[in-house]
Amino acid sequence: MTLADKDRIFTNLYGREDWRLPAAKKRGNWNGTGDFLNLGPEWIVEQIKASGLRGRGGAGFPTGLKWSFMPKEVGARPHYLVVNADESEPGTCKDRDMMRHDPHLLIEGCLIAAFAMRAHTAYIYLRGEYVFELARVQAAIDEAYEAGLIGKNACGSGWDFDLFVHHGAGAYICGEETALLESLEGKKGQPRLKPPFPANAGLYGCPTTVNNVESIAVTGTILRRGAGWFSSFGRPGNVGTKVYCISGHVNNPCNVEEAMSIPLKELIETHAGGVRGGWENLKAVIPGGSSVPCLPRDICDTVLMDFDALRDHKSGLGTAGVIVMDQSTDMVQAITRLAYFYKHESCGQCTPCREGTGWMWRVLTRMCEGRAEMSEIDLLLDVSTQIEGHTICALGDAAAWPVQGLIRHFRHEIEAKITNYRVGKAVHQVAAE
Amino acid sequence: MVSSKLAANQPDSFAFSDEAEEKITYWRKKYPTDKQRSAVIPMLWIAQKDHGGWIPEAAMRVIGDRLDMAYIRVMEVVTFYSMFNLAPVGKHLIQVCGTTPCMLRGSGDLIKICQSRIGSAGKVSDDGNFSWMEVECLGACVNAPMVQISNAEGDHYYEDLDEASMNTLLDELATGNAPMPGPRVARETSAPIGEAITLLDKTLYDGSRGKRLKSIPNAPAKASKAKPKTKKPAKETGK
Repeated sequence: MTLADKDRIFTNLYGREDWRLPAAKKRGNWNGTGDFLNLGPEWIVEQIKASGLRGRGGAGFPTGLKWSFMPKEVGARPHYLVVNADESEPGTCKDRDMMRHDPHLLIEGCLIAAFAMRAHTAYIYLRGEYVFELARVQAAIDEAYEAGLIGKNACGSGWDFDLFVHHGAGAYICGEETALLESLEGKKGQPRLKPPFPANAGLYGCPTTVNNVESIAVTGTILRRGAGWFSSFGRPGNVGTKVYCISGHVNNPCNVEEAMSIPLKELIETHAGGVRGGWENLKAVIPGGSSVPCLPRDICDTVLMDFDALRDHKSGLGTAGVIVMDQSTDMVQAITRLAYFYKHESCGQCTPCREGTGWMWRVLTRMCEGRAEMSEIDLLLDVSTQIEGHTICALGDAAAWPVQGLIRHFRHEIEAKITNYRVGKAVHQVAAE
Repeated sequence: MVSSKLAANQPDSFAFSDEAEEKITYWRKKYPTDKQRSAVIPMLWIAQKDHGGWIPEAAMRVIGDRLDMAYIRVMEVVTFYSMFNLAPVGKHLIQVCGTTPCMLRGSGDLIKICQSRIGSAGKVSDDGNFSWMEVECLGACVNAPMVQISNAEGDHYYEDLDEASMNTLLDELATGNAPMPGPRVARETSAPIGEAITLLDKTLYDGSRGKRLKSIPNAPAKASKAKPKTKKPAKETGK
């Protein structure tokens, strides 16, 4: 059963309605915000914890718990909220829609979250390419200031809150929270060693929490409808609604908000018009953005779209960017292109990632053409495990997992390429050159 | 970024236009006075826009002086981020997304069109109108394949392209028109093509959602009416 419209949080996901404040208020944005703040920061954190909301940026860390890591009292250093809007995970384009069509949900969420963690200042870090979205969010912020919703005595709560938009300039790694903070401080976006974690020393060395756009934008509606309402969707530990991005070989690629734990097949068939050429024509799905391993069709038949179900199949929900590939797809080439992406985006700080991403890409490029030894498949797998877990940030893991998924499920395609090349070489050596 | 090396031909000096100075003042206000270095990316972006789409070395020095940063730190930032161009680009810079979700839906065809109509990646066409490059995921995957075009009009996304619409797009730009950004097939932004099946409930939009909440779920008993308090909650609960 599809999620009922009345239970959707992003009621203007496609921009059919006006994004501006009066229309947003009509849709229920900013309704009761001041009253929530009057109930105090602890109450807000408790509600978010009770709602079971897990971070929507990829890692799935419980949002309320993350907020509670912030110091309970403001010392000499101010607290900061930083919203991660550096949406760059291939297959993912949900935050973009929230920012351009429902910006007031995000701004309201910023106020609630900042208040809950006693921050007077928040920055929204947008990826540099989102020039249009930056202007849109800024315009919505200006409206909110004008209406007294943020700024001095935000929503009449007595809390002063300033919200600023910042932008990057094209670097995937800045989606990693400490790289984002480095970038916001005017440096190269290279991840920091942890600890200290941002809750202790984040932006400008001050206590900071970094949250994804979606995690923040849903908080207002969670408080309005109740933690129990939000947690009534999905399976235990995997609750709420989620915006999925369905791209690739489907008839109608789209973004759609659905319940967590919806079966992957139902998601694709209900909302994306099914796989091009029918479900039987499906070869593989990358279920959570490019960083998670692909799944072959037999798993896709039954798998549920949530953190635990996908983890059980050695993949992950990630950002819920569903990349669908039909039988016409050259899997080796598809993953090689991702390997190139990670090579391009490695910040160069850790040797296993800097050297390993390029090495994997070069080997895969040869494998695409079949110019490889069979033994190199195991070597590639081995090297990928040498990168995974041996770097400061998760980019190394993110580069290794798609390659591991390829070898786990589509090893035969690599082997076929190598075999064909050898046969071809013997038979058509001159023609091939 | 087309090249990570400085262009051979560099202007002797660089100065921001008055319009750019206004923008810089606006951006610098966003950051604490002792953390002005945060403005380096916005200032570089303003400089690039102010200088026809690329950043000359002199601009890095100016920005370094203004933000009290060593020049090498500014250059480090410029060369780290892919949206900064170190050499001249065409009047229209076509950035074709080539990452897997776009590749699956035909970005290869768009790249071939760019190669045949404009030339090799990074080269400016003879008339100075075009240059192109392949870029990594631009975050519009459900509207693949797509390009971002940077020119005097801005930096717009053109989505759901195919060979025909890509050619039309380049034709329009060549004749000096400003094509409308957005999808090139009949759809609303990221909604699925065809009849809508979600967000049809009229009560979402008739204002009933904007009426004052009768009660706040899970609010402590006393506060369930949510009367505005006069006390500052920050101080009240700051412990």
